[in-house]
Parts: sequence; C-alpha cells; structure tokens
Amino acid sequence: MKSLGSIRRDFAPWNDPNAKPYIQFDNVTKKFGDFTAVNNLSLTIFEREFFALLGASGCGKSTLLRMLAGFEEPTAGRILLDGQDLRGIPPYRRPVNMMFQSYALFPHMTVENNIAFGLKQDGMPKPEIASRVAEMLKLVKLEQFAKRKPHQLSGGQRQRVALARSVAKRPKVLLLDEPLGALDKKLREETQFELMDLQQNLGLTFVVVTHDQEEAMTMADRIAIIDKGEVMQVATPAEVYEAPGSRFVAGFVGNVNMFEGKIARGEAGSASIDAGNGITIRTDNAGTAGAGTAVTFAIRPEKIKVSSKKPAEAVNAIEGEVYDIAYLGDMTVYHVRLDDGQVVRASTMNAARITEDPLSWNDRAWVSFRPDAGVVLTR
Amino acid sequence: MSSATATTASAPPATNAGKSALARLGAAFFGRLVIIIPYVWLLFFFLIPFVIVFKISLSQTAIAIPPYTPALDFSGGISGFLAQLKQLSLDNYTWLTQDALYFNAYVTSVIIAAVSTVLTLLVGYPIAYGMARAPATIRPTLLMLVILPFWTSFLIRVYAWIGILKPEGLLNQLLLATGVIHQPLIILNTYTAIFIGIVYSYLPFMVLPLYSALEKMDYSLIEAAKDLGCPPTSAFWKITFPLSLPGVIAGCLLVFIPAVGEFVIPDLLGGSQTLMIGKTLWNEFFANRDWPVSSAVAVILLLLLIVPIMLFQRAQARAQEMDR
Repeated sequence: MKSLGSIRRDFAPWNDPNAKPYIQFDNVTKKFGDFTAVNNLSLTIFEREFFALLGASGCGKSTLLRMLAGFEEPTAGRILLDGQDLRGIPPYRRPVNMMFQSYALFPHMTVENNIAFGLKQDGMPKPEIASRVAEMLKLVKLEQFAKRKPHQLSGGQRQRVALARSVAKRPKVLLLDEPLGALDKKLREETQFELMDLQQNLGLTFVVVTHDQEEAMTMADRIAIIDKGEVMQVATPAEVYEAPGSRFVAGFVGNVNMFEGKIARGEAGSASIDAGNGITIRTDNAGTAGAGTAVTFAIRPEKIKVSSKKPAEAVNAIEGEVYDIAYLGDMTVYHVRLDDGQVVRASTMNAARITEDPLSWNDRAWVSFRPDAGVVLTR
Repeated sequence: MSSATATTASAPPATNAGKSALARLGAAFFGRLVIIIPYVWLLFFFLIPFVIVFKISLSQTAIAIPPYTPALDFSGGISGFLAQLKQLSLDNYTWLTQDALYFNAYVTSVIIAAVSTVLTLLVGYPIAYGMARAPATIRPTLLMLVILPFWTSFLIRVYAWIGILKPEGLLNQLLLATGVIHQPLIILNTYTAIFIGIVYSYLPFMVLPLYSALEKMDYSLIEAAKDLGCPPTSAFWKITFPLSLPGVIAGCLLVFIPAVGEFVIPDLLGGSQTLMIGKTLWNEFFANRDWPVSSAVAVILLLLLIVPIMLFQRAQARAQEMDR
C-alpha cells in the first residue's frame, strides 16, 4: 500500500505520533430531544489541515460544525481547540469563523462593509480595517465591487464575498458549510482549486462540510465519513477510496462491486474467497482474516476488465453476459450479469477512439481482475 | 378565423400568430381592467367626496337644507352657476387661523398620535419579534391571536376599556385588592386613557408589518454576526433592527395616520377635557351644525396627513425594491 499517501507529500501530521492535535472532539454527543445527531464521536484535526466531513444529509456533519462554531453546545463530551476547552464560550468569542451555506451576507451593507464587519467588532483601527478589506477584496478578485450591495452580485460573487468576510479576521479555523453547494458545476470545479490555493497561502485550518464526495476528494487532506452521527472512517482521499474500512464506506464513496463470501484458504494476507455458485476469488488484500471468516470482497468498476475471450493470464476471471452498456465519452460502463445472476459494473477508459472487438448487448463476456485490485471487508 | 381554419394545412403558423395576438389583446385588456377598478373606486369614493367637501368648505353656513350656501345648481344656467361660484370664499380657512382652538387641536392630535405611535412600537416590536422567532408550527396560532380582537366591534372593545379604567373599574379593584395602591387611580378621562386606547386598538396594525419584516429575515444573518464577534444585543441593533426598518416605518404610519384623526377613543376614554381634532370636527358638524367650517377642518387634516402618507408610499416602494 505504498502509494496511498496524501496529495501534499510533506504534510501528514496524522502519521506523526508526536504531532499535537489542533481540534479534538472528545466523545462528543449531541441530542435534539429524542434525536441523537452526534453519537459519542471522537475526531482529531491537525493545524493547517484541510479536513472534510462527508456524509449524507442529516448525518450530523453540520451539527459538528455548528458545535465548533458555538451555535450548539454538546450534550456530552468536550471539544478542544488548540488545547482550550470550548464549552461555554459563546460564538462571538471563539477564534473560528464560518462561511455559511446560504452565505448569510448582510443585505443592507455593501460588500466592503460586509467584509469589514468582523474587523470593526474587534475594534481594529480604521486605517488597518481599510487596508485589510482592500487586501481581502484583492484576494477574491472583487475590487471593483466594493460599493455594491449583495443583491447586485451574482451567485459566484456572493460566494467570494462570504469567503472574504470569513477569512478577514484571520481565524484559527475556518469552517465551511457546503461552501460550493449553490454554484453551478463548472464554477464549483474552478472554486475548489481556488479554495485549496487560499488555504495553502493563508496557512489556515479548514474544516469543510459537504455531501459531495467529489468535492471532498478534490480538496481535503483527510476525509471523515460520517453516518448517523458516528465516524465511519477518517483517512486520506486515496485511502478512503482504495482501502475503505467498511462496507458502508466502500459503498458510500464511488461505485463498487461487492461479493459476499467466506475465506476458504488464507496465508499471509493472500486468500481464496468462496463467493458461492462456484466463484472463487483470489486476493492479496485479505489482511488478518482467517479461514472460515464471512467477508465481503469489494472491487471498484475501473479495476475490472471486460473482454469477449477469457484472458489467459488472469487469476480471477468470471463469465457472464453483457446486460447494459453506457457510453459516457471518456469511459464506457458495462453491466455484466454473471451466471449466478449478480450484476458486475465495470468501467473502461476510452483511451483509443476506435475499439477493436467491441462488446455489445447480450454478448458472452469475461470479467477479470488482478489479485491486488480489490479489498476484503469484514465490517 | 374561418379562412384560417380552411387553410390550416398550408398555413398553421399564421393561425397561431393570429390566436396569440388575440390572446395578447385580451390579456392586455384584463391587465388594464385590473388596474382600472381600484382607480374607479378611488375616484368615486375618495376624489369626488373630497371635491364635495372642499366645495362645502368654501361655502357659508346658512339655516337651510343643506345648511350652507350656495348650493351649486344649474337652474340659473351658466351665468347663474358662475355667479354662485363667485360666492365661494376662503373665509372659513381664515377663521381657523383666528381661533386658537383649532391650532391647538391639530397640534395636540399630532402629538398624541406621535406619542401613541412610539408606545405602540415599543409594545409591538417585542411581540412581533417573539412571534417571528417562535417555532414555525405555532406561528399561525399567534398570528390568529393578534387578529382575533377584530372579530369584536371596535366600539365595544373601546367601551370595555371604560369598565377597566374607571375609578371603580376592574384595574383599580385589582390594584386595591392586592394592596399595590390605596387610592383609586384616575385614568379614565385623561390623556393616559387615550394612549392606552390607541395603543390597544392599533397594536395589530403595528405588529403585522413588523412580523412580516422580521419573519422573512434569515436567522443565519444573526448567527453570521455572532460568528464575526458581535454579541447578541449589538447584533440586534446592527442587523435585526435595520433589516426590520421597512416594517417599522409601515407599522408606525399605519398607526400614526388614523390616530391623528381618531374620534371614538378620545371621545369615550378622553372625556370632555381632552382636545383632539377628530372630536373638534365632530362637534362642529353635529353640535354646531357648521358644515363649512367642519369641512375646512377636514381639508386641513387631510393636507396634514398627506405628508406621512407619501412617506409611507415611498418606504413601501423602497422595501419592494429591496426584496427584488
């Protein structure tokens, strides 16, 4: 697993046992009446990290962010920021700022005054406020819009004002609640990279809440996958994708094929899995699972090859019938129905413009994959 | 249309164009009609009555039916009509400036209305704020409670206040029984009673526009202000209050304008000592039977109120611009 690192190769404090955690959720529980939004959750975030909380809506990720901002207090447990317990500290005294999903720009103030609002609260001298506001406007490329009111701006411009306003005070931590949710796809992709640059340049710690896995994968150093108020896995985007810790994570992030089975024979990580109906899967990634253990074998569609003839050298090859084909331009997705009825999804990059020996509907086909292509899940 | 149907096969686009033009004409007509109706209403029930009142204010009082002269008619032909017009004069308006009673009544009315408006705002704002912040499920009930008093006649509700405020009334009985006071308070027939009456009667007119302004405000704005280091009280004055200003202006004018000309409340609760222009007008009209002078009083009152009404219209226009 040598290649599953972070994108920033020199930045991996989570692997350093001596690194000091910056934000700590310590057995935090939050209940709203009978509903448990966050359930005994512990999480560690490091300084200058770009951390993403990823989950479906209603999973408790926004509640985590709001507890960090001070809008909600944990029912139990504690939250530490830079060693300081945040309990009882109101939002207006916390060294964190938040960029709201709705942007929450003050409609009766100009762009300039929106950005200056937090600085004025701190009693910063006027000339300093002016220069900081000018700097922020330049940062988000909105210099010529300083005197406009929010309703005179486009969605993308409003998003930038909200961003400028939330970083103007140089908070220790910037919280972003679905920061790109209201932008269209193209603008969202551009802005993702801008946010990453901004985080690098300012050297701030970013905690972003999102339901968009692509967004989390693109931007974050590490992703916490949240489900029903609990952390399912915290890992780098590559680890989350290539080495999911559970069936839930494997299914939640990206597409995956899963085979239920039992380990038939295993030694030193490699194993044969009896997946029933005469299908035997050989894998190098069985971990510590011993013979007889019920496991799920998970494999990503792009790691499966589809061919009309059985590949001679393949360790794992299963026969089936092409059931559906989706041509997406950059890739083609095949749905192959195996002889036991299970449908396998396989995707192939269209590296060449013309395919020799193309597969068609109802063709007999072989799906094959390497022994290190999938993972074995026991949870 | 018949020729169009005959040639449908060859020229369907022409048919469509013809139909849509007709439809457009119809829509334009209905659009106009919708606008015309309120204008016709205003013409018949505001402008024409006002012209009549204005004409009477220029006439002289007389012991006749109607009790003023000249009563314009065309029995004497055009020349006779012009002769009648020559009899009209501004004497009644000069009279209003000569008797201090009228000036005092106008000034007192404006002051009472202004003070009542401020009091209504002070009482109404917390109510509207509480309603707007209440759980969404109980807001309709709260709104209903605000409107509920309208189900009882205004006059009966004002009469009820006499029973509450009089020296042996409910309020004094309660305060005496609980030992808060030992002498009954004299509230009825004072300006205090007028303030209580106006604040009570006009409260819904203040609460409703305030509520609508506060309710549509995004609560995340307050959270954003707090997040940026603004304590709650300061956030109220910097965010909530400025954003509710259209509601404040609308509410204040909806209370102020009718309160200036208020007649029932000062008459029933204010007693004979209090002076307000609505009461003065009533006395001129019914007690003195001096239609021309009371008409002049009404015309001046209207001119006095046009300024706040225009302010109200401008505030509304600006609020609509903001919403856009």
